[in-house]
Amino acid sequence: MTLQDRLGAELEARTADPRLSGIIKLAILAVGGQGGGVLTGWIEDLARANGYAAQATSVAGVAQRTGATVYYVEMAPHRPSDPVPVFSLMPAAGDVDIMITAEMMEAGRAILRGFVTPDRTTLITSTHRALAVSEKMVPGDGIASSDEVMAAAEVAARRVIAADFDALAVANGSVISASLFGALAGAGVLPFPRAAFEAAIRASGKGVEGSLRAFAAAHDLAADPPGAVATATEAKPVAKARGPARLLAEWDRLAARVAALPEPVAGMALPGLRKVVEFQDLAYGVEYLGRLAGVMAQDAAAQGWTLSREAAKHIANAMAYDDIIRVADLKTRGRRFDRIRQEMRVKEANVLHLTEFFHPRAEEVVGMFPARLGARLERDPKWMARLDRWFNKGRRLRTDSLPAFLVLHVLGGMKGWRRRTLRHAQEVAHLDRWLQTALAQAGRNYDLGVELIRCRRLIKGYSDTHARGQSKFDRVVTATLRIAAREDAADWCRRLREAALKDEEGKALDGAIKTVESFA
Amino acid sequence: MAERSFKAEVAHLRKGEGDTFTGEGILAITKALLENGVGYVGGYQGAPISHLMDVLADAEELLGELGIRFEANANEAAAAAMLAASVHYPIRGAVTFKGSVGVNVASDALANLASSGVNGGALIIVGEDYGEGSSIMQERSHAFAMKSQFWLLDPRPNLPSITKAVKDGFELSEASNTPVMLMVRIRSCHVTGSFATRDNQRPKLTVREALSNPQSDFARVVLPPMSYAHEQDKIRNRWPNAEKFIRERGLNEVFGPKTAPVGLVLQGGMYNGVIRALQRLGLADIWGNTQVPLYVLNVTYPLLAGEFREFCEGKDQVLVIEEGQPEFIEQQLTTFLYRAGSTVKLRGKGILPMAGEYTGQVMLDGITAFLKEAAPQMLPALVRAPNEDKPQIPDLSKTVPIRPPGFCTGCPERPIFAAMKLVQRETGKLQISADIGCHLFAALPPFEIGGATMGYGLGPAANAAFDGGGERRPVSIIGDGGFWHNGLSSSFTNMAFNKSDGVAVIVDNYYSAATGGQDIMSSRADNPTKATKHPISKALKGIGIDWVREVDRTYDVARMRDVLREALTTDAPGPKVIVASSECMLNKQRREKPLTQKAIKDGRRVEAPRFGVDEDICTGDHACIRLSGCPSLSLKKLDDPLRDDPVASIDQSCVGCGNCGEVADAAVLCPSFYRADVVHNPSKWEARMAAFRTRVIGWLQSRRAARRLTFEGAA
Repeated sequence: MTLQDRLGAELEARTADPRLSGIIKLAILAVGGQGGGVLTGWIEDLARANGYAAQATSVAGVAQRTGATVYYVEMAPHRPSDPVPVFSLMPAAGDVDIMITAEMMEAGRAILRGFVTPDRTTLITSTHRALAVSEKMVPGDGIASSDEVMAAAEVAARRVIAADFDALAVANGSVISASLFGALAGAGVLPFPRAAFEAAIRASGKGVEGSLRAFAAAHDLAADPPGAVATATEAKPVAKARGPARLLAEWDRLAARVAALPEPVAGMALPGLRKVVEFQDLAYGVEYLGRLAGVMAQDAAAQGWTLSREAAKHIANAMAYDDIIRVADLKTRGRRFDRIRQEMRVKEANVLHLTEFFHPRAEEVVGMFPARLGARLERDPKWMARLDRWFNKGRRLRTDSLPAFLVLHVLGGMKGWRRRTLRHAQEVAHLDRWLQTALAQAGRNYDLGVELIRCRRLIKGYSDTHARGQSKFDRVVTATLRIAAREDAADWCRRLREAALKDEEGKALDGAIKTVESFA
Repeated sequence: MAERSFKAEVAHLRKGEGDTFTGEGILAITKALLENGVGYVGGYQGAPISHLMDVLADAEELLGELGIRFEANANEAAAAAMLAASVHYPIRGAVTFKGSVGVNVASDALANLASSGVNGGALIIVGEDYGEGSSIMQERSHAFAMKSQFWLLDPRPNLPSITKAVKDGFELSEASNTPVMLMVRIRSCHVTGSFATRDNQRPKLTVREALSNPQSDFARVVLPPMSYAHEQDKIRNRWPNAEKFIRERGLNEVFGPKTAPVGLVLQGGMYNGVIRALQRLGLADIWGNTQVPLYVLNVTYPLLAGEFREFCEGKDQVLVIEEGQPEFIEQQLTTFLYRAGSTVKLRGKGILPMAGEYTGQVMLDGITAFLKEAAPQMLPALVRAPNEDKPQIPDLSKTVPIRPPGFCTGCPERPIFAAMKLVQRETGKLQISADIGCHLFAALPPFEIGGATMGYGLGPAANAAFDGGGERRPVSIIGDGGFWHNGLSSSFTNMAFNKSDGVAVIVDNYYSAATGGQDIMSSRADNPTKATKHPISKALKGIGIDWVREVDRTYDVARMRDVLREALTTDAPGPKVIVASSECMLNKQRREKPLTQKAIKDGRRVEAPRFGVDEDICTGDHACIRLSGCPSLSLKKLDDPLRDDPVASIDQSCVGCGNCGEVADAAVLCPSFYRADVVHNPSKWEARMAAFRTRVIGWLQSRRAARRLTFEGAA
């Protein structure tokens, strides 16, 4: 079928309301700054240039500042001798032929507002996400589900054309308005040939080349959508190691030990092992496997090895804590420099300056001291104040310069010193306490043990954030232990943890703890 | 310094007889002013009428040729007061601002103007910011017309009708010696379409010429006893003259069959929505030919009793379609019928909702419900007895997050509020009042700063009750736009005179940024026709406020925080004012991005900064986002089974404003941020030194990598 044929069929199919069948109603839902106005202008010009009467409206204003914004276009065939059709100024629920949404949640919003209906609406949406502030600011994972929106779109729309039109535009050196315009052309829902679309882009005269490239790519994608992408169970690349032969041999021995573990555990233990070895050394990896073996001794296949699998994950995270040595090491690796050059699109002829933002406090400094001395200083407010005076200030280090790089390179090489430090002693003590608590409970209530292991997720961040995480962890564990005897203790532990991840100050957690206390 | 140049639009304003204009409604109105011999134009910017001001500001040359004076007024009150020129002189004048807020500010002048009466046509063009996308409280400008008795036009939302309303408005104003308010809704301002243009007209008398022959008449001054005479004149002469003009010139329109059992009465602005509902019911065709009679009120004040009763003749019921509340029109029309002893049943609010925008669905539901009761035989069978089997669409109301407007990428106001959030961590929550402008977005997450806004320029005044001080000082926020609008007099002299102990933060982004970047007194730009570059601090000194601190780079979060802390703790008496200045990033990028790209192309040395996050170091606690909310600082889910929470990630839209690094430092966050400055076209020496450093660093890196185990995919 040619485009025109397809379009004829498309228009013919809409006979439910013959008086209005001549009007094509097209709405665009975008996030301010995505170029919704440009796209609207192209569509309008396209219609007028092809003998249609067209009207566009928008609600510009403050909504343009990163908020959700609606644009609306109506068009109908028009002879100069006829009166001008009366068009509506806003989309109405159940009365939209083409809905273009420039972001996945905006597609959801269009469905929610009733602009997408199975009898008539072709939904063209970009699947990429521009996260809303409410999704980003939660301490845990607050990202809304694109799958739910996609599932709703399949039900709500007559036809769905969905792809990451943002990435497509960027890959072609353009912006999403151009790729969405291409998708609109490729979808064949407007009665105009491809060349007419391209003429509209050319007439606008700005960034024409890039726009046309993005247009073409999106056009082809929408006109001939790739079949359902085979959910290829691509084998995850195994953590391939490199290094001196002696170390490699030892690594292979440890990796083999992991491979011999039951599958659910092995899948987590291998990345875990890799993380701790990378953090410290192979001996540390042996320690990791020792701790894991301790957990597995209390676990069994009958339980699906959940406890061990979770422990494999969280023990690794706890052992690879964030200290100055780790940060300095990560910041000075060659791979990182390569990655940044690639991400920032640094060309051969360019020079790259790299600035790091450090703000060490007395706590981090004493953390690097030998455990006994560090502990003594930490108890002495005078010393802590003195150290703060010496060290506590923002430091911007230019890691592309030799002096700053050397400082970090040397710090990053102090792994041999790490095990003697106060920080290490503190982390090990915390880890052992947590593991013991969890395992003690697991013996009586397996699920509770699993949940207590998972509470380790609460500890993250640096300085104040880290302290807050630490305190949330303590509060969740304490509250859970008070009701450990209850049958639903595991469930409560999970709820407390989820509450703790909801907001920064722990308001949700306060509420949850009050509830627990009411029956403790 | 506007967001964009309007030179292309200005070309449209030169069109003449026989040409066709195609474009936005607000620009069509601008053209219509010139066609109708306007002598002076003024106003105050704000959505949806900013465009009118922006285009005229760029059209100085054309206005000069026509002898028209254009004034970018200091505020809406100043704009309305300017119409005083039409009181004595037969000069047509027009001013514009947004409604209802602008009308609030202008109401003092408008009331005096309406009392005095006008000789030349006086037109007030109000962009009614109501319904979806509105940024203000939901009220009607209608009440102002009623209280001061000036006339209100609400034309059908298409370009020929809107431009005709400009012509009608001037003539009505002159025929009744009364100012006329032309109300255009937000969508009508932005609606596109075409109309046939006419030649621009020079005013019959220019304001320059009027100055050569000054006039005055104490009968026009609002002083007793003339003010009593004005009231009588309104009722005895101006009102009847207006009614006569409206009737004779047919400003209101009737569509549809002469006889029918029912009819619809609607504001002109509702016309397209009503026609769409009728189209969907099969009662109107694509061109608006309707089977239900319509009485379209292009003039919504005053209402004509005789004309309305004629429309009602022979009908059983009429439905009044009036958006907004209270339902002034419906009440008045009901009174007309009652006084005439009519038996026609009038319906309105009740069938239609009392409050809220009349969207397509509301209109369809309301008209359907009315016809079902009043004239079911007119409805198609399907509507009378729907037989629908709608598929169940999954409910997404819990899934889709709200997306209110917020600070743009790289906004210089973000670091001010990050600093304020940090200060509140030390002091505890503070009493904070806000003003009008982009800074009000700080009231939303992640900052949640500021609990009230009382109007433009009134931020510090809104804290006046707390001027006496207490355990912690009250803080107020105001923008540079608000400062010059009326903040200097209403807020700062109030603070100074009452010896306020409070703190005020003036967010200065170099021009009136939220409304599109119009110049104001403190703008940094050279403007050939306006006096710019007057520092806010100088004005403050002038009214006796001595404790003033200027921060000329808001991105310095630590300094911002320290200055705020100082203002909150100093022993100095009197108001403590901080002027925090950095240019609006949205406008700055629009101006500088093309220049930067050209410089790179031309081979000049350019440093392009951008921020990044080391994902191995980020622990996914999102503390940085709670101090930012920047659109370019987002999250990314890692393909790592060990990590539960998404980590921070900065996309390529980052403009390298520096907030991320400053916040990481000031709030002692994590060390995962880095700034990458890509130097384009470096000097030879620079490139050679960089190559040397890279070689040494590379040698150290590979030496270490060779002695350790490294894994693929790791950083």
